[in-house]
Amino acid sequence: MKGKKLLNKTWKENAVTYGIVIIAYIIIQIMVQTGNISSLMKGLLVPVCVYVIMAVSLNLVVGISGELSLGHAGFMCAGAFSGALFTKCMADTIGNPVVCFAIAVVVGAATAAVFGILIGVPVLRLQGDYLAIVTLAFGEIIKNIVNALFIGRDENGLHFSLKSAMDLNLADGGEVLIKGPQGITGNPRVASFTIGVILILITLFIVQNVINSRTGRAVMAIRDNRIAAQSVGLSVTKYKLMAFTISAALAGVGGVLYAHNLTTLTALPKNFGYNQSIMILVFVVLGGIGNIRGSVIAAAILTVLPELLRGMNDYRMLIYAIVLIVIMIFNSAPAIIGYRERFMERFKNKSKTKEAL
Amino acid sequence: MSFISYLVNGISLGSVYALIALGYTMVYGIAKMLNFAHGDIIMVGGYTVFIACSTAGLPPVVGVLLAVIVCTVLGVTVEFVAYRPLRGASPLAVLITAIGVSYFLQNMALLLFGANTKSFTSVVSIPSLQLADGQLNISGETMVTVAACIIIMIGLLAFINRTKAGQAMLAVSEDRDAAILMGVNVNGTIALTFAIGSALAAVAGVLLCSAYPSLTPYTGAMPGIKAFVAAVFGGIGSIPGAFIGGILLGIIESLSKAYISSQLSDAIVFSVLIIVLLVRPTGIMGRKISEKV
Amino acid sequence: MKKVFALGLAAAMAVSMTACGGSSSEETTAAAGAGDTEAAADAGEAAGDAEGGEAADGAAFKIGAMGPSTGSAAVYGIAVQNGAQIAIDEINAAGGINGYQIEYQFQDDENDSEKALNAYNALKDWGMQILVGTTTSTPCIEIAGQTSADGIFQITPSGSAVECTAQPNVFRVCFSDPAQGAASAQYIGEHGLASKVAVIYDSSSVYSSGIYEQFAAEAANQGIEIVAAEAFTADSATDFNTQLQKAKDNGAELVFLPIYYTEASLILSQADAMGFAPQFFGCDGMDGILQVENFDTSLAEGLMLLTPFAADATDDMTVNFVTQYQDKFGETPIQFAADAYDAVYAVKAAAEAGNVTPDMATEDICNALVEAMPTISIDALTSIVGEQMTWTAEGEPNKAPKAVMIQDGAYTAMD
Repeated sequence: MKGKKLLNKTWKENAVTYGIVIIAYIIIQIMVQTGNISSLMKGLLVPVCVYVIMAVSLNLVVGISGELSLGHAGFMCAGAFSGALFTKCMADTIGNPVVCFAIAVVVGAATAAVFGILIGVPVLRLQGDYLAIVTLAFGEIIKNIVNALFIGRDENGLHFSLKSAMDLNLADGGEVLIKGPQGITGNPRVASFTIGVILILITLFIVQNVINSRTGRAVMAIRDNRIAAQSVGLSVTKYKLMAFTISAALAGVGGVLYAHNLTTLTALPKNFGYNQSIMILVFVVLGGIGNIRGSVIAAAILTVLPELLRGMNDYRMLIYAIVLIVIMIFNSAPAIIGYRERFMERFKNKSKTKEAL
Repeated sequence: MSFISYLVNGISLGSVYALIALGYTMVYGIAKMLNFAHGDIIMVGGYTVFIACSTAGLPPVVGVLLAVIVCTVLGVTVEFVAYRPLRGASPLAVLITAIGVSYFLQNMALLLFGANTKSFTSVVSIPSLQLADGQLNISGETMVTVAACIIIMIGLLAFINRTKAGQAMLAVSEDRDAAILMGVNVNGTIALTFAIGSALAAVAGVLLCSAYPSLTPYTGAMPGIKAFVAAVFGGIGSIPGAFIGGILLGIIESLSKAYISSQLSDAIVFSVLIIVLLVRPTGIMGRKISEKV
Repeated sequence: MKKVFALGLAAAMAVSMTACGGSSSEETTAAAGAGDTEAAADAGEAAGDAEGGEAADGAAFKIGAMGPSTGSAAVYGIAVQNGAQIAIDEINAAGGINGYQIEYQFQDDENDSEKALNAYNALKDWGMQILVGTTTSTPCIEIAGQTSADGIFQITPSGSAVECTAQPNVFRVCFSDPAQGAASAQYIGEHGLASKVAVIYDSSSVYSSGIYEQFAAEAANQGIEIVAAEAFTADSATDFNTQLQKAKDNGAELVFLPIYYTEASLILSQADAMGFAPQFFGCDGMDGILQVENFDTSLAEGLMLLTPFAADATDDMTVNFVTQYQDKFGETPIQFAADAYDAVYAVKAAAEAGNVTPDMATEDICNALVEAMPTISIDALTSIVGEQMTWTAEGEPNKAPKAVMIQDGAYTAMD
């Protein structure tokens, strides 16, 4: 009986999350249809989707698995480049952009997952800050290699080089697909808000199902007490790796969406460096570690916030930094949490006395 | 011969990393937090000396002293305003706050000093050492930086092991709750840690800018991250580890640029880091953590 | 507790969302208003005039500009912001374009394609009719696609990658990367400066690697041997001793530096410290090195560079520009500021040639300007003194890269 109640409760919780996303989608669609939305906000819709996906997927590692990962942008980068490369190569062959995009998503997710496994197998035995620094290092390695990567195509097939476009030795009529630091240019912008929301829903579905599955419970057990979990026969490596890989694959999906929202895709420190990984971590921490709905909301608000501050001109990023510190202190400082709880308690008591009356 | 000069280049670069890493590792070891704003305190130190010496024309010694004072005050203020309220909160919350502080300092510097690069006048007046008919060149900055590293390292070790305040730090780092019970003033000790860490950052900032004389609001960010990597490399929390980690990182970076690929040197440095951590999961000098059941 | 907080966040989001949507027009006008006051404060009287002119006429050109004003590339964006500001103040004070005043707004793109789209959309919400931007190449390529789709005329002061001007509605003021790379190699080859050349370039920058690629291709034709091609990245741009050592060991007589002056100033001082004194040769990104505050200019003695602009030139136009810039912003302008200044004047000339008025549809303004651009010729800060600047229909400026050498801390023209 109690078990069923519990199940119902998680189901309700999840439904609320889906509900928020869907209602937000409907409201925004109405606003778009009636022309009540500024170009700035319209342009932000897809990036918001990207960061929601990134935050939710990172929460799987940080919140559920309890590991600090600072390389999430690296997986995003892997997904973005593989997905964009696929589109660039195959867009003409496939024809239908939506079908092409769907396959690109799968390709991006698969590539990122492969990187997730490659990275996860050796590093998941590290702990705490050491794991953090190794994931950061992997993110930087991926970015650095992509920046030095040249891929070209001619009638003989694909050519690779890590030096320069000249070293590809392309035959006449060959085309350079990835041009080192210039990345991929001339991609079609097929990402739309609808596609983004569908991908968010898929991500939420996957993540929430993982959390509420046997695997998810095993992962959380390992997080809470590794030795105890091991002693009841849970394979630590296996479960940690599963969570890590799923998270990486979903980050790849976010990357593909990101790549298809831009015509030029480059791997700069700004978009795929450790700073980006940290930004995504900020969404997760601010939304509540392990709280999926919180991630969705925090990612949406924090992506929009710096753009709303554009009126502040030169002070924009300064104010953003202050807001970040203040929110963090307000949200996590033990003294303030205690104060807030007392406040809520009083509030609750009042309403209770009212009810009694 | 060229190998030796690459090695020397690596050591000069590494000594700067080591100096920054000492401050990083010191704060981490005691306060158990990754102070991402450390690199930006370095930048503040650089700007202080720049303004004191190049703009106001004060002698270098005064500039350095001023930088130490400014950074110490800044470090303690940041600790008091941003980190102390979060004591006892999740380490991630503190990490994010540190990042917020880092953004704050960068953007504050951008507003105050502008984005234009400033060229820093070296505070080191020792001429460079020419060996083997000028084939090998060791700059005065390198010698001072290495010397400063060693002096600071020995000083820190002596301070921690020989003084009461140092022992209090050790106690706080070992077990904060037990330290409170033993009558250690934890808040005061951590504030002192930040004061020392920030003073070290000021020294590191001055020497970083002397060796690589360009100053922008973002000067500290990348060396800060590299130094963080160096600190982890050596075993974060270990003071000799930070020194060794920094020097090794510099050497690896220089040699991979020279012999493998200058384009991929970042990737190579990070790969080596990963390999070292896989073999020694707590860094070169790190202590093995035994798990409590 | 968590739940309550999550709900609170959700409410906050709902509020912010409706704020963004429902009252979006207010939001953006508020932002624009703030931008205006800021500009007015900066511009002083000129902006006051602008206000008056606008009130009389009821219409004004809305020129937007973009570039990174935060982040590590901020120095370039801020230069563009200020350079364009000076040109616009001058034009407004002198009666505007075709009798209409200019309203100006600058947005930060953080040197990132994604953020650039946001900045661009913010400008569009404000009602931008003409874009002077973007400052850096990568966002420029992204935005060029957008302006072409939206029918907004774009002139980039400094987006030097080839793809920047691929769209018919995009023009540029600076040289393109290949033009500079090839010109550098030709100059070195024709003047017999060196046969063994080392290159140190930023492999994470589109600008630098673009020039390097063309330089290497042309070097082969000129009989120049590249003995060392050493890269660095934005993440490792402090220590260049190893790259310099390699150049030295390989016997390079000339080191080609297709990079910005920030890193170049470090390279020069590190080379000096190690006693390596080859001929250094840079591109337009090198311009500004003499203005680095507190830089020991003796290190740059003998440095050759291809540049279109020199802040210490003595012609009236440059002197006027530099004085104004220093008065208003307290700094010596770099080439990016000059590019932006020229871009605004190019817009003015084209608008006058095409009889463009602000009440025309944005798309018509764009078409008229695109048509007029190849017909105009203007006196420009970044063209060779005494020559006027013109544009091709493809969007490229007609100006030859000019070599200068730094002697006694000042540019000396070379032939």
